[in-house]
Amino acid sequence: MIQVNGLIKDYGARRALNNITFDANQGEIVGFLGPNGAGKTTTMRILTGYMPPTDGTAVVAGYDVVEESLEVRKRVGYLPETVPLYTDMTALEYLKFMADLRHIPNSEARAYETLEQVNLKDRANSYIGNFSKGMRQRVGLAQSLIHRPEVLILDEPTIGLDPAQVVEMRNVIKEIGKDRTVLLSTHILTEAQNICDRVLIINKGKIVAEDTPENLQSKLVGSQRVILRVRGDSDGLDVTVKKVKGTRGVETKNDDTVEFEISSGQDVRPQVAKAVIQAGYELIEMRPVGLSLEEIFLELTQDNSGSKKS
Amino acid sequence: MRNIWTIAKREYDHYFISPIAYVVAFMLLLTTGIIFWIYVSDFVQNASQLFGQTPDITPLNGTFAFLLVLSVPALTMKLLADEARMGTLELLLTAPIRDFELVAGKWLGGMLFILSILAITLIYPIILNGIQIGSFTVLNGLVSPSIDMKLFLSSYLGVILVAASFLAIGVGISALFTNQTAAFFITLIAFIVLWWLIGFPANILQGNAGRVFEYLSMQTHFSDALNRGSIKLTDLTYFFSLIALGLFTGTAAVEFRRWN
Repeated sequence: MIQVNGLIKDYGARRALNNITFDANQGEIVGFLGPNGAGKTTTMRILTGYMPPTDGTAVVAGYDVVEESLEVRKRVGYLPETVPLYTDMTALEYLKFMADLRHIPNSEARAYETLEQVNLKDRANSYIGNFSKGMRQRVGLAQSLIHRPEVLILDEPTIGLDPAQVVEMRNVIKEIGKDRTVLLSTHILTEAQNICDRVLIINKGKIVAEDTPENLQSKLVGSQRVILRVRGDSDGLDVTVKKVKGTRGVETKNDDTVEFEISSGQDVRPQVAKAVIQAGYELIEMRPVGLSLEEIFLELTQDNSGSKKS
Repeated sequence: MRNIWTIAKREYDHYFISPIAYVVAFMLLLTTGIIFWIYVSDFVQNASQLFGQTPDITPLNGTFAFLLVLSVPALTMKLLADEARMGTLELLLTAPIRDFELVAGKWLGGMLFILSILAITLIYPIILNGIQIGSFTVLNGLVSPSIDMKLFLSSYLGVILVAASFLAIGVGISALFTNQTAAFFITLIAFIVLWWLIGFPANILQGNAGRVFEYLSMQTHFSDALNRGSIKLTDLTYFFSLIALGLFTGTAAVEFRRWN
């Protein structure tokens, strides 16, 4: 459904995309993971026919994005990062307008139908200007679904939503992704884990990793950092932790806290706990430090000789 | 064609909820209304001298066209600049429509709005002439003999062409900007030059250079031609060229945004 080959995009002297290659099949939800400015939006804009690439090719739904841009645009639904809405229109008017632009017969009925799909039917005649952020996001999603596209491209679809809305949005996307190709970008790891069949990690215009969320996760757990806290006297705690086989990078953070890293996939937390208790410390907490995206990137870019493939 | 119409219809509807459009309509209709009133009362006062002459509506249309210089920038400034600012341009540029269709649709939307206001001014010739359908008089005219129909049609054609040219240029300039205030002032300056300033070198310069400037001035083609009842191909060419230039500029600007 999506075949991208050697995509390059230059903004003046700055290279935003540097030789991106990937593909996505029908019925697959592919996540694009990366920090701001990594090239996610640029890639999506090229795939939706918004802008042409400097070099490389991209074929979406069987059509070239440069040569047959209009055909691609007919088959792609796109939700940009800043949801493009006319605040002076009602949700129904807006969707009817979008349906008319796509030559959908019976556009009003289709608009209603799509509003129902995103749970907004009861607000069909309210002005978008009065909508909450979450509702606007859903109107934006409805707009991208109005023509029942083969390929759906969603740029940060859950950004700025409250937790309940995030869950709801993810469910809607999962539902849609059953029979369509979905490419979505995010910088939240759990989101990618939750809904994507496959994740592409992109940094500085390059794909640095590509795998299923499970594989990526297990690879990353291999170097997870753990925080350990004790009550009372903590002298020599770091030495005790260091003695346990399989720990590295032991650091004393506060008086009562030690942070360390578990290396090479073996979880040695039970051994650490045993050693700490046997040494007479009062262990009150041991938890993994949430892996932020930055840490994943450090991980992926620092030893790019070993873990880059897969 | 269908896409142009979809875009135009949205734009047209949008004018009716925008305060600027109402201000423009109010200004145009109030001014032409006052001028009509002065004109008629002047005609009545001097009726003895003017007896047997036909009144004409060209001063009204002349004023209308002049007011377009001031009001069209307000109508066109946001057409594409605001879409770029709000991010909705991304929506339109990833919809299956050609860049030209987008620009032409915006232009047509503005055109329909101006035509709606212009249609209201038809009330003045109707008051003067009355309405006759066949031999049946629906409304008694104010004047006899009635106004010169050929002059009337030529004059309205002139106003429509002036509006169409201005709107096309306005859309083109709006496509170049993200800031609508900038679009407004650049459009206004362009109109003042076309309508007015270009006449000065035309008067001063001798020979061919002067003639070129004279040709470029909109007054040559409207005030001195169409609004006097003369419909000539050179004048029509002038207006159609401006429309094409404006729409082409707009399309090129949208295309340029994609590459940028």
